Amino acid sequence: MSQGKALRAPGAFSSLRYRKTRDRVIELLLLACGLVAVFTTLAIVFILFYESSFFFETVSIKDFLTDTMWTPLFADARYGIAPLVAGTLTVTGVALFVAIPLGTIIAIYLSEFATHRLRETVKPVLELLGAVPTVVYGYFALVMVTPLLQKLIPDLPGFSMLSAGLVIGLMIIPYVASVSEDAMRAVPRYMREGSYAMGATRMQTALRVVVPGAFSGIAAAYILGISRAIGETMVVAIAAGMMPNLTFNPTEPAATITAYIVQVSLGDLPHDSIGYQSIFAAGLVLMLMTLVFNVIGFFLTRRFREAY
Amino acid sequence: MATTAVQTLEEIRRGLVWRKQLDKLFVVVGLAVMLGCLATLALLFVDLVQQGASRFGWDFLTSFPSRKAERAGILSAAVGTSMIMVVTALVALPVGVAAAIYLEEYAPKNWFTGIIEINVTNLAGVPSIVYGLLALGLFVYQFGLGQSVLSAGLTLALLILPIVIVATRESLRAVPKAIREAAYGLGATRWEVTKDHVLPYSTGGILTGLILGLSRAIGETAPIITIGALSFIAFLPPSPVSGQFPFLSFEWLKSEFTAMPIQIFNWVSRPDQAFQANAAAASAILLGMTLAMNGIAIAIRYRFRKKINW
Repeated sequence: MSQGKALRAPGAFSSLRYRKTRDRVIELLLLACGLVAVFTTLAIVFILFYESSFFFETVSIKDFLTDTMWTPLFADARYGIAPLVAGTLTVTGVALFVAIPLGTIIAIYLSEFATHRLRETVKPVLELLGAVPTVVYGYFALVMVTPLLQKLIPDLPGFSMLSAGLVIGLMIIPYVASVSEDAMRAVPRYMREGSYAMGATRMQTALRVVVPGAFSGIAAAYILGISRAIGETMVVAIAAGMMPNLTFNPTEPAATITAYIVQVSLGDLPHDSIGYQSIFAAGLVLMLMTLVFNVIGFFLTRRFREAY
Repeated sequence: MATTAVQTLEEIRRGLVWRKQLDKLFVVVGLAVMLGCLATLALLFVDLVQQGASRFGWDFLTSFPSRKAERAGILSAAVGTSMIMVVTALVALPVGVAAAIYLEEYAPKNWFTGIIEINVTNLAGVPSIVYGLLALGLFVYQFGLGQSVLSAGLTLALLILPIVIVATRESLRAVPKAIREAAYGLGATRWEVTKDHVLPYSTGGILTGLILGLSRAIGETAPIITIGALSFIAFLPPSPVSGQFPFLSFEWLKSEFTAMPIQIFNWVSRPDQAFQANAAAASAILLGMTLAMNGIAIAIRYRFRKKINW
């Protein structure tokens, strides 16, 4: 590209040692940048454990895991994480109930049935939908979906996990569909042709050859969806209410772990208060939940990986 | 498929007709589900623009937040968002590209490189609010950066780092080996090969990755709330350029801030209905910005792809 420099010929040769030293230095600088990723992970783990350690000086781990109330900001403070975990799991459950079947159907349709042109049009749209800010989905949930649901279920409160979960489900359909579709497209063509040659229909080929062949990729898509639903913050903070509530009934309002963190952050709590420390303990639980699902996903994908 | 060993021709035919009908049924069901989902989302977006329509206008863009819904605007939020994006881009671009160059061009294949790669993959799956907690503990308190534009920008830079790294690696990988070997053959060092030959060819892919990353960062709300963005800011951060010596000021980095998604969240969570229109209008603007950035990214990718033919 820049031949200009290289043409200063004789001088360039004498500086070979300089150029090699410069190369070494630059390599170290590049390595340092690569290590930023490692340090970020270490810092996340360190900060979560470090700040939570102060929390667990006040609250015993037994109370944290077994108490059924979460009211760290009240005068009568109780520190049982169960209500927040229940809220998180319920919202995630509702979201997956929507996203997994619909996302999978869309993926099968796009990969096995749609024309080339339709697929090339829809795929970028799906990816574009992934870029919509989640706070906008929160607005949808509160202002549009909740009133609609209230017409169907008359005594649905203004805040509910159902509405938040449905919108999160709608939000992650594009992810699930797009990633599953990629996995199905990766199944080699000859496997489909073999199936057709045996007289199978497209539906049979899709369900009995392509889906099993792509199962590890599809599982990865589901795990991605689960992680996003668990970590989703703004939709629940806006539409599910912020009252911790130990229930698995989606028509009730409840707080999730993420919504609680937002609620505390909105107030102006002092650095060393128990409320401040409690969000790190909550964050630690959130991180562990995500980790558990990712580990399950890792083993699932490895167990079912097909080698072609 | 042979459930019973003996099937009459009649049974086989009937089964075939049924399976072919199932095929046709799925074409209809699949199309309906897909269009249904897309239509629902489209309807929501149309409704959003309609609800916000009454608030669009010059005043909305140039007013500070206010207690009165009809006088409130997004000036401080839009300025805050722009400043955060500048910090994010200035940090994420060099660090992300350097990390990608290391992994793609320099790193030996060993366990150590493996650890870095696993980290990059895992970071992409960490919930964004956890980045907020990291930033709250690390940047705001340990490093003493406070609840500032700088803290927010650094947080979002970490958040989009995996996106930038992955995009850069992909575009570096797309440069043919022959180009590197030709440069090595002329005596260039590794850095010279990278800087003068590989990087220029991958600019398009890197820019696309950066813009996609920024379009993700611009809508992120949770991490910025966690580090303590304020939702009511009726002033602008100090200007980075001034008429007096030394002409450049970095005070704005330390300024308190608000951002577009924070403003939307604040308006949407108010019980007063009048603010909902504000939230809709601001959401539509934010959405427009995100889609525009994605459009630009796609356009850049397309242009560079057309220009390069190996």
